[in-house]
Amino acid sequence: MNIVVCVKYVPDSTADRHFEEDLTVDRVGVDGLLSELDEYAVEQALQLKEKVGDDSADHMVTVLSVGPERASDAVRKSLQMGCDAGVHVVDAAIAGSDAVGTSLVLAKAVAKIGAESGWDVVMCGMASTDGSMGVVPAMLAERLDVPAVTLGSEVELSADSGGNTTLRIRRDGDTATETIEATLPVVCSVTDQSGEARYPSFKGIMAAKKKPVATWSLSDLGVDAELVGLAAAYTVVEDSQARPPRTAGQVVADDDGAGAHALVEFLASKKFI
Amino acid sequence: MSEVLVLVDSNSLVDGKVSKPTLELLTIARRIGEPSAVLIGDPSTGSAVETLAAYGAEKIYAVSASDGTDITGYLVAPKAEVLAQLVERTGPAAVLIPSGGEGKEIAGRLAVKTDSGLITDAVDVQPGDDSTRGTPVTTQSVFAGSYTVRARVTHGTPIITVKPNSAAPAQHQGAGAVEELTVTISESAKTAKITASEPRKASGRPELTEAAIVVSGGRGTGGDFTAVEAFADAIGAAVGASRAAVDSGWMPHAFQVGQTGKTVSPQLYVANGISGAIQHRAGMQTSKTIVAVNKDDEAPIFELVDFGVVGDLQKVLPAATEEITKRKG
Ligand SMILES: Cc1cc2nc3c(=O)[nH]c(=O)nc-3n(C[C@H](O)[C@H](O)[C@H](O)COP(=O)(O)OP(=O)(O)OC[C@H]3O[C@@H](n4cnc5c(N)ncnc54)[C@H](O)[C@@H]3O)c2cc1C
Repeated sequence: MNIVVCVKYVPDSTADRHFEEDLTVDRVGVDGLLSELDEYAVEQALQLKEKVGDDSADHMVTVLSVGPERASDAVRKSLQMGCDAGVHVVDAAIAGSDAVGTSLVLAKAVAKIGAESGWDVVMCGMASTDGSMGVVPAMLAERLDVPAVTLGSEVELSADSGGNTTLRIRRDGDTATETIEATLPVVCSVTDQSGEARYPSFKGIMAAKKKPVATWSLSDLGVDAELVGLAAAYTVVEDSQARPPRTAGQVVADDDGAGAHALVEFLASKKFI
Repeated sequence: MSEVLVLVDSNSLVDGKVSKPTLELLTIARRIGEPSAVLIGDPSTGSAVETLAAYGAEKIYAVSASDGTDITGYLVAPKAEVLAQLVERTGPAAVLIPSGGEGKEIAGRLAVKTDSGLITDAVDVQPGDDSTRGTPVTTQSVFAGSYTVRARVTHGTPIITVKPNSAAPAQHQGAGAVEELTVTISESAKTAKITASEPRKASGRPELTEAAIVVSGGRGTGGDFTAVEAFADAIGAAVGASRAAVDSGWMPHAFQVGQTGKTVSPQLYVANGISGAIQHRAGMQTSKTIVAVNKDDEAPIFELVDFGVVGDLQKVLPAATEEITKRKG
């Protein structure tokens, strides 16, 4: 089983996130980290590997991140959690790429990771915590020409009647809870309902230091630099404006039930009742 | 004028009714060009065709698979193929798709297939002018609602997913000419399928993302949503929940508001027993009016409110519900 888990290095969502002059997200000037939503993907990738069994080199989880120099932090954290190898695609030309460009780089990197012995599952988080479009898994599946099973809250491997291995997920949709499955190779994304991610253990932290990390540039992937980055993006931001901070309104204490009455008065004054 | 393709929300046709978000997309499409509704499934279900025409659809593409496959059983890939074939045929000014898990996936695949730019979660779409070479300009709300961004697509066909409540659906009689379309679906598009589905039972309340009023409960409910639900019903609201309430198993995930749940932007949002964590704010911060009931006067949610009550929700809400019911007489 060869699993690739895609993770993104994002600005800390509790810090002051903002735009640069060129209207791209500032990814250098703010503290960053492995996107919390991708930790769930790492966890599920590790669990899949553990379910298949032994720790031999036949079963690998490779963490893949496309991002600036410091994205190596996200790769390292994933290795500490238990991934076996890391790939960091870093290239000045990538900065400012939109989802179309990013998915292209990821697809080429996945293909290269699987060049020798193929790959079985690409695991992704449900969305990034910064751009939060949530479209990369679908785009990646489209580029790799494989099915996608997305937004899973439970993930398991099973076999279909033809003896093929399938990946089956449970998805808690808006109108129904669904079981969705597809034959490997497959792209899968998981939600924050899939189970808490493990913390790196001391042993994991020490072991990570010896794990192989490959650093690839666009030319290593055979991607034309003209096709990615801000200049090649298929979308342009015209302007961005900070929302005026909400000014705190009236807050009353509920002394002797006065709160309920004041609440109803407020709702009536705004014509909600 | 160019066509604007509008993908009819797949939840629409369950009972033959067209969903409100689809009608909103038709209204937006009319600003940009001639709306063409893309209906995947049987057009004779209910009154879909009449409704689509009444809200401005000039054309309605009724799509079925040439080999009789039920496209709706196969997730998103075949739907993206259908749209890609229509984009090629009609050269539309834009493709509008309802935002949501399925819509965004269809849009992502379509963008790759047609080598086009993609904008997701637009809250407004306006026609372009000369400075934008005629391409529509979208408005999005980013970073947990703390920034508003205007953007447009610069390559290929603008593919835009639009959030519910982004426009008021306006009636406008369109020709509604139905064109039956059979398409071939590739084998690879059929490889992922839904093998079981357990429909959720309807609550009878408004749809969370479409509602004008949302009343939510958090950990502070202690697991008892009775007071929250009764208050919601008294003011005709949808019910929402924080992740803490969902994780505790008190409410299904579909009710979660926030970064990893639904983003809502109603006229009124009432947060009860919810502290106001950034991930929760991300899903409700753009609501017009915000009200909170919380027993901790230092809860961060109070930084956002237009009106707040510091008190026990199990006391405040039932008393408020009673007074509202009395007033309504
Ligand atoms: C990756 C990630 C994604 C997340 N996504 C989401 C998301 O989508 N949505 C979301 O909501 N959260 C999300 N969270 C979780 C978020 O950080 C908070 O933990 C969560 O919102 C807290 O829920 P709460 O406000 O109900 O609970 P708490 O923070 O525990 O707050 C409970 C509040 O209830 C008040 N209270 C208690 N008893 C009463 C009473 N009797 N009457 C009145 N008030 C009372 C307390 O004063 C307190 O303010 C996410 C977290 C992570 C890490």
